[in-house]
Amino acid sequence: MSRLTEKNLVLAKEIIARYPRQKSALIPLLHLAQEQTGFISREAMVHLGELVGVTSAEVYGTASFYEMFRFEPIGKYLINICGTMSCALMGAEELMHHAEKRLGVKAGGTTQDGMFTLAHAECQAACTEAPCLQVNYRYRLRVTSADLDNLIDDLQDGKLNDEIPAHGVLSKVRQVIPADRAVGAVAPELVTESPVWLNGKAAL
Amino acid sequence: MTIVDPEKVVVDPNVVNITINDKPVLARKGEVIIAAADRTDDFIPRFCYHPRMSSVGMCRQCLVEVETPRGPMMVVSCMTPVAEGQIVRTATDTVKKAQEGVLELLLANHPLDCPVCDKGGECPLQDQAFSHGPGESRFVEEKRHYEKPIAISDIVYLDRERCILCDRCTRFADEVAGDPLISFTSRGNDTQVLTFPEEPFSSYFSGNTVQICPVGALTAKPYRFKARPWDLNETETTCTSCSVGCRIVVQSSRDELVRYQGVDIDPVNWGWLCDRGRYNFESVNSTERLTTPLIKSDAGLVPSSWSVALESAARIIRHALTNGADSVAILGGARGTNEDAFAWAMLADELKINQRDSQLGDGLTPEIFNLAQATIDETCAASTIILLAPDLKEELPVLYLRIRDAAQKRNSRIIEFSSHDSGLTPYAWRSVAFEPGHQAQTVRETLETQEMKEQIARGEVVVVLGRANLAENEAFTLHALGELLHAIPNAKILPVLRRGNVRGAVAVGLTPQQNSGDAIDILTKAAAGKINCLILLGANPLADVADSILVKQALSQIKSVISIDTFVTSANENADVVFPAAAFAEKKGTTTNLEGRVSNVSQQITPRGTSRPDWMIAAELGLSLGIDLGVSSLDELHKKMISAIPGFSSCDNQSAIQSDGVLMVHEASATISRGSKVLVDRNSYSYRLIVSRTMYDAAQSTITSNSLVGIITESTIYVHPLDLARIGVVDGTNIRVGVDEINIVLPVRAHNGINRGTAWLPYNHTNVDIRPLLNIAADVIDVRIEQIK
Repeated sequence: MSRLTEKNLVLAKEIIARYPRQKSALIPLLHLAQEQTGFISREAMVHLGELVGVTSAEVYGTASFYEMFRFEPIGKYLINICGTMSCALMGAEELMHHAEKRLGVKAGGTTQDGMFTLAHAECQAACTEAPCLQVNYRYRLRVTSADLDNLIDDLQDGKLNDEIPAHGVLSKVRQVIPADRAVGAVAPELVTESPVWLNGKAAL
Repeated sequence: MTIVDPEKVVVDPNVVNITINDKPVLARKGEVIIAAADRTDDFIPRFCYHPRMSSVGMCRQCLVEVETPRGPMMVVSCMTPVAEGQIVRTATDTVKKAQEGVLELLLANHPLDCPVCDKGGECPLQDQAFSHGPGESRFVEEKRHYEKPIAISDIVYLDRERCILCDRCTRFADEVAGDPLISFTSRGNDTQVLTFPEEPFSSYFSGNTVQICPVGALTAKPYRFKARPWDLNETETTCTSCSVGCRIVVQSSRDELVRYQGVDIDPVNWGWLCDRGRYNFESVNSTERLTTPLIKSDAGLVPSSWSVALESAARIIRHALTNGADSVAILGGARGTNEDAFAWAMLADELKINQRDSQLGDGLTPEIFNLAQATIDETCAASTIILLAPDLKEELPVLYLRIRDAAQKRNSRIIEFSSHDSGLTPYAWRSVAFEPGHQAQTVRETLETQEMKEQIARGEVVVVLGRANLAENEAFTLHALGELLHAIPNAKILPVLRRGNVRGAVAVGLTPQQNSGDAIDILTKAAAGKINCLILLGANPLADVADSILVKQALSQIKSVISIDTFVTSANENADVVFPAAAFAEKKGTTTNLEGRVSNVSQQITPRGTSRPDWMIAAELGLSLGIDLGVSSLDELHKKMISAIPGFSSCDNQSAIQSDGVLMVHEASATISRGSKVLVDRNSYSYRLIVSRTMYDAAQSTITSNSLVGIITESTIYVHPLDLARIGVVDGTNIRVGVDEINIVLPVRAHNGINRGTAWLPYNHTNVDIRPLLNIAADVIDVRIEQIK
């Protein structure tokens, strides 16, 4: 039972209205669904398909292309430890071992209490600050084993609730586009004027 | 030397001159290089390119070199449009090296299990690995592994290890069929074709994906491990499962049908088939087929010899004729060939039997064939296509594909008049709903609007006309047509009566003669005891005629029934004589599709047991009755038919009949005027019935096909979700549906495509017989739907 809630349905309709073609809204809607439950459930995909007028197979095809979309329940906090060159040289492997021992799960696993999912990650583009990791895509840089222990403690104690929301929440600030600021995108097939660089030739 | 004035040279703006391997080629403007090359002898290897679908450049196998100012450049020929003066080379060393490289990569993860693969022997990947491949692989690592075939529907199996991700099946499902139920999932090395988890690929057209798969990734249950391609015998023929008349290749192994494949012809099916037509060949192979004539005895039907059966049939007919020719009637004949129907019509003429009908009260008057006609191509080229027809996706599936294509990719607009949502509703420019019985009024009012007038004025208008609802009088459809033709006098008609060869049967005379009544009239007379002998030509009135009470009464009153059929059915199990008929692919002849296109059907296997084609039975029975029809071979019969039937006078071109078919000679002679049938309004507590057919119903050929029988659903009634709430039950509950004192119990479901106050009841499904509700004498049928307390 994880179709979009009434509240999220209102948001979903607002998001859909931003696009000239309904199905263009699919990725923001997938994020919304992931925000609601921490992962994207089967029912949510069916619901999104209904909302934007595509089949659930198409929703699944789109969603499964992206790594940040999860289809199984995962921990409240997803810890991605970078293992690419710079981080590997600066002790990422030891860091991963430490994390595994501390959390009691192997990389890829989720703790019994559903708090943490530990995972390998490829380069996170912070090579100067190696080794680095992300918790729900929030950076932690030059991480030592002690830092990691503190981080896990803080997360467990709820001290970071303000900074790091549960998995699936992209941003604590929701984008609001007032009606007078909306671009009002026109569907491509309705565009009649050609852009200036086409020099007056007809648009496609 | 002649000097041509350059000013006077007429250049076709749509012709592009290119050179392929130093030979000049005329190409069409906008086409891609590979399409132009396909008209030459130079073969460009390919996997993803398909001429009936858009190019995507997925497989990269069709690399060729095109001359540019900077020297030769490698391009994919399925994505590169032709250009004036373009110089293309398809077999240079660079091209060969590139093509070999692509093939090596495609084969890197391919399991090479050709010896156990159904595709082996007819596999584009196998063939092109030999013709354009490097011969060996440098890939020594372990290949990707997936679970070997997973069933993605009741019919189709998917082996992801063999898949080369060409996007043909997914493109077909999306672009052509409009059922995007399969999709690429995941990314990179994990990319695979899948359905939504635990949801089947339940498309009516899924078999086409198996046919166009360039590897053995998609296979179909009915053919899996049945034969090898080099063991197959095949012949080209025309499918007669419905009246679209798709061209197919019938393949057999050891005198048993194993597979049908679609043949690409321009005017009809473009290579596509529906799953019912593709897989109901299993019915021909069924072990339940009749193999000998049967005669009624005290112990029921018992096998007999042909001579005894013919003699007793002749005796029955002779005896019945002593009460006048009007005590004999013939029903059916629309499922055989033109020649079958013609032979029976000749015999009926000789015996002066006027009461004959190849439709069974579920079609429309044959007069519609005499209106100005459109072909399928003309329909799909019209500016406006008006649908006053049953759900084409359910009844004439390949016509649905063509009309969908016209609306989606060409400039046709669909105006649909329907009492419930159909497969084409999503593609209709305007879909106008009406309550059964009110269509004439709805059509009149709709066409009066300015918007409609403007659309109609845009160009050609074709009306796709058929019987959409078995629970309403056919007059309502004709009145609506009358309104349409009044508003748009030069509109053409595409008649869509569904039975395989109904148009041919009507053309040769298996239709009421000399003002005698139609099938319903015949059955009504029979119920009153006025018919002594009924001859059933492959017809089962108990299944085909909506009113089962009338048919049961009629059958109980008729003294003797003679049946020509391929199976023992509910209608002939008490017959006096049953002749075993040769089935499709067991006999030769010609058939006529809904647009009047005559094409051949050919024989591929030996008829089961002692069964014979219908025409032969007519001729033999004639002899037993002392009548010589003067035909001793099919050839003679065919010649006699095309000289006797004016409509078929164009059909002496054998080579055309054996390919695209020949259109019947046709002259518009009929007019349909506006009607004035007055209809009583519905009581607001009752629901007006819409009864129509779906693709997988309990048709004889479907229930005797092992792969299809499991797909048939149980009888269910569908209502609008708000009506479901009004009835006060949840989705799927058993409810009571009643008319007067007749009640049936069946599940009810909510359906958004049904209008309030109406209920849709698919015809001829299993479990519950809905026919007792359908009183054919009523104009419309309003039912009570009540909770079972």
